Amino acid sequence: MRMSNKTADRVATAVFYFFAFLIILILAGLIGFILYRGLSHISFGFLTSPPQTFKVGGGIGPQLFNSLFLLVLTMIITVPLGIGAGIYMAEYARPGRFTDFIRLVVEVLSSFPSIVVGLFGLLVFVNYFGLKFSLLAGALALTVFNLPLMVRITEQGIRGVPREQKEAGLALGLTRWKTIVKIMLPVALPTILTGTILAAGRVFGEAAALLFTAGMSSPRLDFTDWNPFSPVSPLNPLRPAETLAVHIWKINSEGIAPDAAQIAAGASAVLILTVLLFNLGSRWLGRFLYRKLTASR
Amino acid sequence: MKATLDPARPGSEGAEPTSRAEASSEPRAEASPASAAPSGGTPPRPTARRKSRSGGEWFGKTYTLICVAVLIVTIFSIVYFVASKGLSTFFVNGVSLKEFLFGTKWAPDGEPQSFGALPFITGSFVTSILAACISAPLAFCAAIFMTELMPKFGKRVMQPVIELLAGIPSVVYGFVGLTVIVPFFRAIFPGQGLGLAAGAVVLSIMILPTITTIATDAMSNLPRGLKEGSYALGATRWQTISRSILPAVIPSMLTGVVLGIARAFGEALAVQMVIGNAPHIPSSLFESASTLTSVITLSMGNTIMGQVQNNVLWSLALVLLVMTFVFVAIVRVLERRSLR
Repeated sequence: MRMSNKTADRVATAVFYFFAFLIILILAGLIGFILYRGLSHISFGFLTSPPQTFKVGGGIGPQLFNSLFLLVLTMIITVPLGIGAGIYMAEYARPGRFTDFIRLVVEVLSSFPSIVVGLFGLLVFVNYFGLKFSLLAGALALTVFNLPLMVRITEQGIRGVPREQKEAGLALGLTRWKTIVKIMLPVALPTILTGTILAAGRVFGEAAALLFTAGMSSPRLDFTDWNPFSPVSPLNPLRPAETLAVHIWKINSEGIAPDAAQIAAGASAVLILTVLLFNLGSRWLGRFLYRKLTASR
Repeated sequence: MKATLDPARPGSEGAEPTSRAEASSEPRAEASPASAAPSGGTPPRPTARRKSRSGGEWFGKTYTLICVAVLIVTIFSIVYFVASKGLSTFFVNGVSLKEFLFGTKWAPDGEPQSFGALPFITGSFVTSILAACISAPLAFCAAIFMTELMPKFGKRVMQPVIELLAGIPSVVYGFVGLTVIVPFFRAIFPGQGLGLAAGAVVLSIMILPTITTIATDAMSNLPRGLKEGSYALGATRWQTISRSILPAVIPSMLTGVVLGIARAFGEALAVQMVIGNAPHIPSSLFESASTLTSVITLSMGNTIMGQVQNNVLWSLALVLLVMTFVFVAIVRVLERRSLR
């Protein structure tokens, strides 16, 4: 018996609706589950106290700080490099073999597995450069991981600038570099900024590249010592640092504290909330800047 | 020279169009330094300005080129270092390539040692291809939903949902997999719940955004006439989707699927947490297994640099690296084909 065309159409439509809502449900379930399991465990003490290996009541204070500090370090290195290379791709690169080659490099670099980037970091930054397991080595590995994305974001942003604005700058007698810095970069700023915040969220949750570069342990930190050269100072970039994402992985695979499951849930909730914050923040900022700069609503 | 310059400044010397070189050389030298150079006396001010200008330009060009150079140096050093370490397993330690690629016994500390990486290679391929098989139909439905069924709702709700899914860190996926999917599988299937199936399910959600984004882009870039022609012939929506839209987006869907598989192939921690980490080829999907990334993650910290147990892990990383190049090449071929 053959279904009539109309029935087939109805069935297919129902199937499409079903799967689309299933995806929304999956996301809602995922976030709901993590928040439901984790929120009850989040408290001021949990966010600020150091973890415990054997006892109940460990927190994630140092890990949270490490994650944020590492993010800042990474961005300090990535943003200038990424914007520079992005500008080159958008403005200076002439169509040809060399440009095709760079494009291929960016594509390949962005598809390298993060664990391979981490291993490269272990070999080069940790061993050859002698940085040991440290925040700096972690930041350099994350730079490798994040750079291709920054290049793409910048290139897209610069290419999105209306032609007339660029030509107006050039027609006024500005050099190309001045036109880029004074005219095109400010116009492209909202795109670049939102993209950068999204990239920051990705960096914040990354763990595989950090296992063997920033390390899986955190020394006892003294939050009253702000001298970056002291080994117990939180600001010392040459100390090993376990980040929040790495901590979650470690507790799940080898955690022996009696409340490991709750800590993992709480830490996951903090991680998710931060990523959500980055995500919503970039949306809000993008819309705000767009309105501000273009006078549209 | 006059012929090109005079029309550019209409009105400036319109009163005496017949006066030639002598009359116009003075104002010209002042207005445009470029034409002043051949006539001899170069005024000091424009020269100074020109110098600072070209300085800025020089700086910009050099700076951006250095940034690009960093990219190129990075990629070559990654390939060089991983390859030199990974190849030393075969050239220094004398492990045979055939044993490495096709051996099924993994006992780096055993007596005798054996380094068969086939269980990990199969594990990686099975989980990532299975993940793509689950994810691709879902992504197709989501893309159709966003472009054909409810574009407005799709843009307002579905798009952010997909972006959020892409933003969730992989350790969180691993944690949820471990606390939800693994117990669920343990309850209904034989075994511990850990295994290829759990890994594939977790990965399928992780790569869903990749495939969906590409499928949606492809569908919204289809020429309007394609769809409208089909509707004009009296086709139902399902007929239009299955006979006009689907064939047209298949190449892009394939690109998305390959990118998704590439991402799944290289994903480390989420898979490692749910797959069970037994170094053998499992006989069922619900039996503990390993992937290339999971064994690297677990063993790298327990081995000593320079020893064969360590070098062989670099060889596994080299396999990952080579597969990345293969995936990029496939994507390029597919893209070229869909452009035609």
